[in-house]
Amino acid sequence: MDRLTKDDVNPKILQKLLEDSDITIEDALENEMILNMGPQHPATHGVLRLLLRLDGETVVGCVPDVGYLHRGYEKMAENMSYYEFIPHTDRLDYISPLANNVAWVLAVEKLAGIEVPVRAQYIRMIVAELARVASHLVAIGSFAMDVGALTVFLWTLREREKILDIWDILCGARFTNSYTRIGGVANDAQPEALALVKKFIEEIDSNLSECEKLLNTNRIFIERLDGIGVISKEDALSYGYTGPNLRASGVEFDLRRATPYLQYDKIDFKIPTFSEGDSLARYFVRADEVRESAKIVRQVLQLMTPGEIKANLPKSVLPQKVEVYSKMEELIHDFMIVNFGINPPVGEVYHAIEGSKGELGFYLVSKGEGHPWKCKIRSPSFIHIQSLPHLVKGRMISDVVAIIGSIDPIMGEADK
Amino acid sequence: MGLEAKLNSDGFLVTQLDAVVAWARKNSVYPMPMGISCCAIEMMASADPKYDIARFGSEVMRFTPRQCDLMIVAGTVTYKMSHVVRKIYDQMPDPKWVIAMGACTSTGGMYRSYSVVQGIDQFLPVDVYLAGCPPRPDNLLNALIQIQNKIGRTRARDFQNLKLPELNVIQNN
Amino acid sequence: MELKQLISQKLQTSFPEAELEFSEFRNEFNVKFNKKFVNPICKFLKEDSELEFLLCEDVTAVDWAKRKNRFTVVYHIFSLKLNLRIALKADVDETDCVIDTVSSVWKTSNWQERETYDMYGIKFKNHPDLRRIYMPEEFEYYPLRKDFPLLGIPGSLPLPKK
Repeated sequence: MDRLTKDDVNPKILQKLLEDSDITIEDALENEMILNMGPQHPATHGVLRLLLRLDGETVVGCVPDVGYLHRGYEKMAENMSYYEFIPHTDRLDYISPLANNVAWVLAVEKLAGIEVPVRAQYIRMIVAELARVASHLVAIGSFAMDVGALTVFLWTLREREKILDIWDILCGARFTNSYTRIGGVANDAQPEALALVKKFIEEIDSNLSECEKLLNTNRIFIERLDGIGVISKEDALSYGYTGPNLRASGVEFDLRRATPYLQYDKIDFKIPTFSEGDSLARYFVRADEVRESAKIVRQVLQLMTPGEIKANLPKSVLPQKVEVYSKMEELIHDFMIVNFGINPPVGEVYHAIEGSKGELGFYLVSKGEGHPWKCKIRSPSFIHIQSLPHLVKGRMISDVVAIIGSIDPIMGEADK
Repeated sequence: MGLEAKLNSDGFLVTQLDAVVAWARKNSVYPMPMGISCCAIEMMASADPKYDIARFGSEVMRFTPRQCDLMIVAGTVTYKMSHVVRKIYDQMPDPKWVIAMGACTSTGGMYRSYSVVQGIDQFLPVDVYLAGCPPRPDNLLNALIQIQNKIGRTRARDFQNLKLPELNVIQNN
Repeated sequence: MELKQLISQKLQTSFPEAELEFSEFRNEFNVKFNKKFVNPICKFLKEDSELEFLLCEDVTAVDWAKRKNRFTVVYHIFSLKLNLRIALKADVDETDCVIDTVSSVWKTSNWQERETYDMYGIKFKNHPDLRRIYMPEEFEYYPLRKDFPLLGIPGSLPLPKK
């Protein structure tokens, strides 16, 4: 950017400019400003504080300040049993709560060595993919709202309400539903819930195209995002990117393909990858992933067969409530499991799934007791926010808003 | 019987004027969403076409505190964030009301840990507490109606003789 | 598996004095070594052309609450070429609570190490910016240590007046 010197400005204007202030000539043209984009801001997605050092409107440096939502999850996990922590995992990435439930339960089952029946695995897959669709819809909607297209936000929220209706019938709660249990899921999928799922995925393609029609050929949208927030392949891997942000930089890496969990190795799906690494590529990756998730759900619905939904291990898996109230052994098992917890063997395990923001991992250390000795939550949003200073350097303030939206951080996950 | 005394008494004209002013105030409550975590998503959902909050008069959610009269604190407030919330509350002009949305703001919720404030009424005066984790959008609309009823019963002289906060005037020479 | 034998062979030949220990649990490969060799081993694993551990997923620590070697710093790294994840571990004692940083090898470990410092109090030598990340700067304790109570210490965090 060209900087003005005092010879470029008309002396009379200069004199007027500095007439009733006490700054000197050097100060006026060469000062930089520090701006606090505070925790309470409509455009930062949650309570993220950015300290920007500005030269006019260009950003010279940026320091993110996180921790405004630090609730002490890891310390609480050391004091409660594995079952009691399931509702807490809902509130981590609170836009796609069921994916976090699935991740925690898979980590605990890996530690304890529990096998889950196939129907429960299919139900978990359907629910996790719907959570991914819900998260991407909100991401696209709020991203478009930050850039200026307000209508898209309301349309994607309308689609998300349909998913919340499905979860209302299936799990009993609209939002933050702790549906998965260790050894299976809480209750079987009702036929009307599955019918609603089928109806939803048949309509999502055309509804998403309606929203995309407003954006994909919109000149303002494209010019606002093309070439903004570029990150190269090597930098993305070095900064620890995973998920849609990494796939937009040219690396075809998806945990569902690389280390398959549940029944993903039997399903056929593509991994959308773009190579530019800018904000527009991240938007296209998310839009394409919604369609791929619909494809996955369609295949799972065809493969599903009736069967058990909880593993048959009375010492580790909670029995159904109906049996607890009527049979003696189930009552005793229920009492023991709730009070003393399942006791997995001594050891450590790290399990990660492909969440909607990236790789969501749980590292569990067990000393043979009913509660974990240590639990670490590897959250993708925390890692992505770390790279903001690199992405934002040299851009203008309005680009900062677009870049934060394209990275899609959720502070509940980043601050734990 | 000066004007001052007439205005402070409960005569016919004054109560009618009070009723009109209260009616106007309660039907145009502009909320300021202090959206911090999961409850903020349900607050956003109460503004979408299914549970329209605009039909109750809260047409826009202004994000600047200078133009709002209702602060909806939605989400867990930690000790680090409490100073920010208090600052925003002080920046709102009188008269103002506060809704504590969700279990986390009412009593600390499911987070009994070292960094979460166990209830925002430790540093903010609260008018309506909402239960739920997160409360459904219909529940938030119910709280809004309760606040509207509360505003409908106020009178003009409730807002006179307020204690102003002390200001430190900086001498500029 | 041949991959795990390949890695253990390579590490044994390149770093014979690093007190390497290999173990396996639930199909995961763990490597334990002396904390002085953190930086050379990580650099070797990243730059070796057959292994290419380019993605550092996680840096954290475990507090064992015993008198000798109280903490263990754990690194989880992933290789896209081999589709393999391994865990590296190094013991740190409470009296000498310092370990080298790996932020020169992977940039993502910058904030992860800051978080470990904030929660456990383990200092990282040569770190570009070691300060607290979740708790405010004036906080004097390390929350995730086993002797810190869950409900916190009253008066350690200030609250605004009503």
